[in-house]
Amino acid sequence: MQQPLLIQPQSLSVTDLTRHVRDLLVGDEILKDVWVSGEISNFTRAVSGHVYLTLKDANASLKCVIWKASAARMRFPLQNGLAVEAHGAIGLYERDGAYQLYIDAVRPAGEGRLYLEFLRLKARLEAEGLFEESRKRPLPAYPQRIGIVSSPTGAALQDMFNTLRRRYPLAEVILAPSAVQGDAAPLELVQALAALAACMPPPDVILLARGGGSLEDLWAFNDERVVRAVAASPVPVVTGVGHETDVTLVDFASDLRAPTPTGAATLATPDSADLRMGLERLARRLETAARQPLLLRRAALDAQKTRLERSSPRQRLANERQRVDMAAERARAAMAHRLELARSGLQGQDSRLEALNPLNVLRRGFGLVFQPGGALATSVEQVAPGQTVRVRLADGSFSAQVGAVESPSTGN
Amino acid sequence: MMTSQSTVEALSYEEAARELEAVIAALETAQVTLEESLGLYERGKALAGRCAALLEQAELRVKTLPPGESA
Repeated sequence: MQQPLLIQPQSLSVTDLTRHVRDLLVGDEILKDVWVSGEISNFTRAVSGHVYLTLKDANASLKCVIWKASAARMRFPLQNGLAVEAHGAIGLYERDGAYQLYIDAVRPAGEGRLYLEFLRLKARLEAEGLFEESRKRPLPAYPQRIGIVSSPTGAALQDMFNTLRRRYPLAEVILAPSAVQGDAAPLELVQALAALAACMPPPDVILLARGGGSLEDLWAFNDERVVRAVAASPVPVVTGVGHETDVTLVDFASDLRAPTPTGAATLATPDSADLRMGLERLARRLETAARQPLLLRRAALDAQKTRLERSSPRQRLANERQRVDMAAERARAAMAHRLELARSGLQGQDSRLEALNPLNVLRRGFGLVFQPGGALATSVEQVAPGQTVRVRLADGSFSAQVGAVESPSTGN
Repeated sequence: MMTSQSTVEALSYEEAARELEAVIAALETAQVTLEESLGLYERGKALAGRCAALLEQAELRVKTLPPGESA
């Protein structure tokens, strides 16, 4: 081995060298943004709140630091022996000349693999049509029985109970308890869904829910068996798994996805405050509607009354009466006229009679001579001298002795 | 349509609300005799009362199925 030349260039101080190495490390594109998988050991939380640990695998180890702020954001508790994937940047701790990983995020080991698995399964079930919009059923407006599949001890269940109590206490809740994480969870979830569907009568809607957690915690809700059970459920299913940002495959298969368990309880129920308002509207409509038949009938009655009056015999009676009156009047007038005529006719005859009355002639100085036999003498030949005749004047009569009889021919 | 007054108590909110709507519709179209309309009104009042009572008195009932009932 060739010796370095001792007289040659100036040496670097440890600090200079260390800084040079540090510059190399922090300038490296790969090392400044890297995921490292390994098992946690030498886990220490300092009084300052910073966390120190070592990641190791079979052949190597890596010192790691998690600053307090990052440590507070960890989604799950770290502990020795835990297989994780840590994200961060490589830096150099100059005092010890040790390079280490400054961790800003940790996920359970295999989560990256899980995510790929998630994407593959999603694509496969999607291709099968399990997530079709057309499969999604409307939720009942007024669910009487609400099935819940959730952990009996979870905060999510209490959240749902509280929401249902506040919004829609009319419902009956049927809880099918199930593990919501761990190896047993998928099978238990499937069984809980089946148990609810088998209830007599079955619930009108099922809430499938659990609170927030890591992707691994929520993994049961990505299980193919569970997803298929949700898609095949005879009862509409509302999912509320994890937080707003968590999306699991059951969310795609369910009839409605809610962002949280509370959201699921909200979306599945009407608000009794709205119901109260709707009920008041109905009650007002009932009052109005109840008067309707009466009002309509009264209007019809009024119309009929008008028609009846129009065709009433009273008018005809009045007409008839008037006609009778007029006829009577005409009859009376005719009668009067005829009486008048008769009267005047009688008078004419009277005067004609009067004119013929022989007494009237007598009053003018004429006299009537009656033969001795009593017959009226109308010719001198009917009397003879010496005969006693009677002479009638206007005011009386006397007898007279006929003297000479002269005929006008002889007399004149 | 007309069921006896006592059965109102057995109706769910949805059933009572739906029948109430039907009663109102029947009254509004007025294809009923006056006597029927009186009966409908009485029924409607009972249904509205049932709905209100359900809303006011309801308490969430919770039933838990036995866990781990495997198929």
